[in-house]
Amino acid sequence: MSSPVVIHAHHAPQGFIRKYVFSLDHKVIGIQYYFLALFSVLVGVSLSLLMRFHMIHPEAKVAWFGTLWPTAAQGGIMTPELYLSLMTMHGTIMVFFVLTTAPQGGFGNYFLPLQIGAEDMAFPVLNMLSFWTTLVALGVMMSAFFVQGGAPLAGWTGYPPLSGIGPLAGPGEGLGQTLWIVSIAIFCGASLMGAINFIATIIDLRCQGMSLMRLPLTCWTWFVTAILGLLGFAVLLAAGVLLILDRSAGTSFFIPEGLMVSDQILNHKGGSPLLWQHLFWFFGHPEVYIAILPGMGVTSQLLSTFARKAVFGYRAMVYAILSIGFLGFLVWGHHMFMSGMSPYSAMAFSVLTMAIGVPSAIKTFNWIGTLWGGKIRFTTAMMFALGFVSLFVTGGLSGIFLGQPALDLYFHDTYFVVGHFHMIMGVAAIFGMFAGTFYWFPKMFGRMMNETLGKIHFYVTFLGVYAIFTPMHYLGIAGNPRRYSDFTNFDFLGKLLPVHHFMTQAAYGTAAIQILFFINLFWSMKYGKKAPMNPWDATTLEWTVPSPPPFDNFGGHHPVVHHGPYEYSVPGAPRDFIMQTDPPFDDPSSPNASH
Amino acid sequence: MPGSITSDIVKPPSPPRRGGFGGGGEGGGSDNRGSSRRASMTGLMVLLAATTMAFAAFTSAFVVRRGISNDWIGLPMPRVVWANTAILLASSLMLELARRALRSGRRSAFNRYWTAGTALGVLFLIGQAFAWRQLSAAGIFVATNPSSSFFYLLTAAHALHILGGLTALVYVDVQALSLQLGPGKRTAVDVSALFWHFVDGLWLFLMFLFLVWG
Repeated sequence: MSSPVVIHAHHAPQGFIRKYVFSLDHKVIGIQYYFLALFSVLVGVSLSLLMRFHMIHPEAKVAWFGTLWPTAAQGGIMTPELYLSLMTMHGTIMVFFVLTTAPQGGFGNYFLPLQIGAEDMAFPVLNMLSFWTTLVALGVMMSAFFVQGGAPLAGWTGYPPLSGIGPLAGPGEGLGQTLWIVSIAIFCGASLMGAINFIATIIDLRCQGMSLMRLPLTCWTWFVTAILGLLGFAVLLAAGVLLILDRSAGTSFFIPEGLMVSDQILNHKGGSPLLWQHLFWFFGHPEVYIAILPGMGVTSQLLSTFARKAVFGYRAMVYAILSIGFLGFLVWGHHMFMSGMSPYSAMAFSVLTMAIGVPSAIKTFNWIGTLWGGKIRFTTAMMFALGFVSLFVTGGLSGIFLGQPALDLYFHDTYFVVGHFHMIMGVAAIFGMFAGTFYWFPKMFGRMMNETLGKIHFYVTFLGVYAIFTPMHYLGIAGNPRRYSDFTNFDFLGKLLPVHHFMTQAAYGTAAIQILFFINLFWSMKYGKKAPMNPWDATTLEWTVPSPPPFDNFGGHHPVVHHGPYEYSVPGAPRDFIMQTDPPFDDPSSPNASH
Repeated sequence: MPGSITSDIVKPPSPPRRGGFGGGGEGGGSDNRGSSRRASMTGLMVLLAATTMAFAAFTSAFVVRRGISNDWIGLPMPRVVWANTAILLASSLMLELARRALRSGRRSAFNRYWTAGTALGVLFLIGQAFAWRQLSAAGIFVATNPSSSFFYLLTAAHALHILGGLTALVYVDVQALSLQLGPGKRTAVDVSALFWHFVDGLWLFLMFLFLVWG
């Protein structure tokens, strides 16, 4: 038996500032990222509720709208421009500061070093800088609400010419849009710092015995996500620089000649708005996988843990993750079928898009294979993981329709697309976060979350999100356009209004039940049942250390790994799981050896 | 002690610190002494990949913008950029000579070469500023033509990387001249020199782009 003997424990810094604020500890930074995302999700969801309210009550006078937005909601009535700014900020905040931040920056930061047996990330100061830079980006983004003209209107995709020509394009297109681009550029810098840390940590800081094929699938997804972020955010940063030059230096990268806006002919000439679209979506499509891949990793981890079975086809899962990452860079054109691209190009992008269905199906079938014949423990964390699989399949199937140019031409500007991307990128990824929260909370805070509250929260949320987003597919098929702030003045949409009413009510209900989650989260931090070291009988390294872990993770010990990450229900073993650090199975001193 | 960017790069690898422990058995992990250096080198490679992507994006924008428009007017390249190119190449050469000197234990030669390389880096930046002056004196500004937009943009983006590289070169130089460049700081020497060679190569690529497409 090769147990670690050399102990070099490191103690946490004692000052409040170094311990909790400018901390170098990956666990504190992970929690900081998590709370940044929680704050962002509160703002993002609030904006979506305002949008849903406006869609069914476009003429409503609400006094506090007028107080909040004296110009954009004069007299308490929301203008269409205000609706567009809410849409832009909802999308931006959710995509960048929630979906990109929590799964990778939050859970990844906290659990990657623990799962690979490292004391910290490779570059702790860079890690701290990455978080604080993200916070600055969030601050700059939020400040767009409070400047003259308000928040920008150009959508989370920031399409020029609208985003490139300044205040002429409308309220929010002045300083608000500039702040948006600056914030995204800062965010890109933060993400690049994070990506460098994740990649170097996984490649170089794995403990003894932690071969690549013994990595938990969560680590594989964080690894591939970091690579996608590295390559994608660098391109978005470059595109943002070009856009800001068009706005402020009079260049014409994206602005065409002869453009007339607000009765004025612009001086720009020769630029191409499609160039922005290519650059943006070269980042934008991998961004979808940046949001969803960590959720896939958590789901794989949880299905195996709570079905008490090894992940079905571990190697196939790894190759599927790598394939999804690789193919993700070859399909950006499917966001641009409407741009007038050559049908041959469209076909190439379409075929490549369909090809992503193969690794996606491998993952789905392997999840089902993992569940098959398992002794399933229906914890809240497991329920959310199962919910993830359901949402991933639902959202993925509608993607097959949209990936075909002929169908996309019809669907592209309808609610079908809104339903699709909310299912797959929004809600599925958020279910991954909920699953991760319920699973890892005991390790992070040393206490258990309440399972009853958790289950109520799960069922209502699960039904709620389907109630919100399934009807959007029907609306899309019926031709309901997206991005409109008001459907009441169109005869052909009149019959669809009751569906919008239903969706808005469902959104209210689903948002309200999240209060239960927040109560559970904060109540359990203080009053939850004390968590043991390994409450789920799980196998990976984070469950070999106290809850919460000590400052240097392993108390100065150097863990040595002898097993794969998912050795559950191994025949002949006295208990139904083998920790990764357990001695080799044939070792007579092993707790798993038959005596 | 928790590490930091600089301490990860420059502190001696023992006694064991955060990160990088474990043995090389069974396929994973690394030994105690090499992991910090390896992580720094990996971090550098990853950083270079990101920089490459950003410049690839600029390049594709350059090629597309030139291809779709009929308003592109070739930029008269300021002559000083040729001198600047030679200065940058000489700078890289100096750093390489410095590394060789360090490997063979000739510390004073290392100091001389490294200081010369750093000074040439500063000279390159001054030369680039001079190129900008020449262009603006000729009435060619950022928004004059897409070719000038790209020239200013790409040279500015490259200069930012040069500034980052110079920070590292100056740091190593100060350590060397104050006799504090211990064996643990060899990683800092290698990382900063490799980054410098990269931005040198990047400049050659940009020159190629300006000459062939500009």
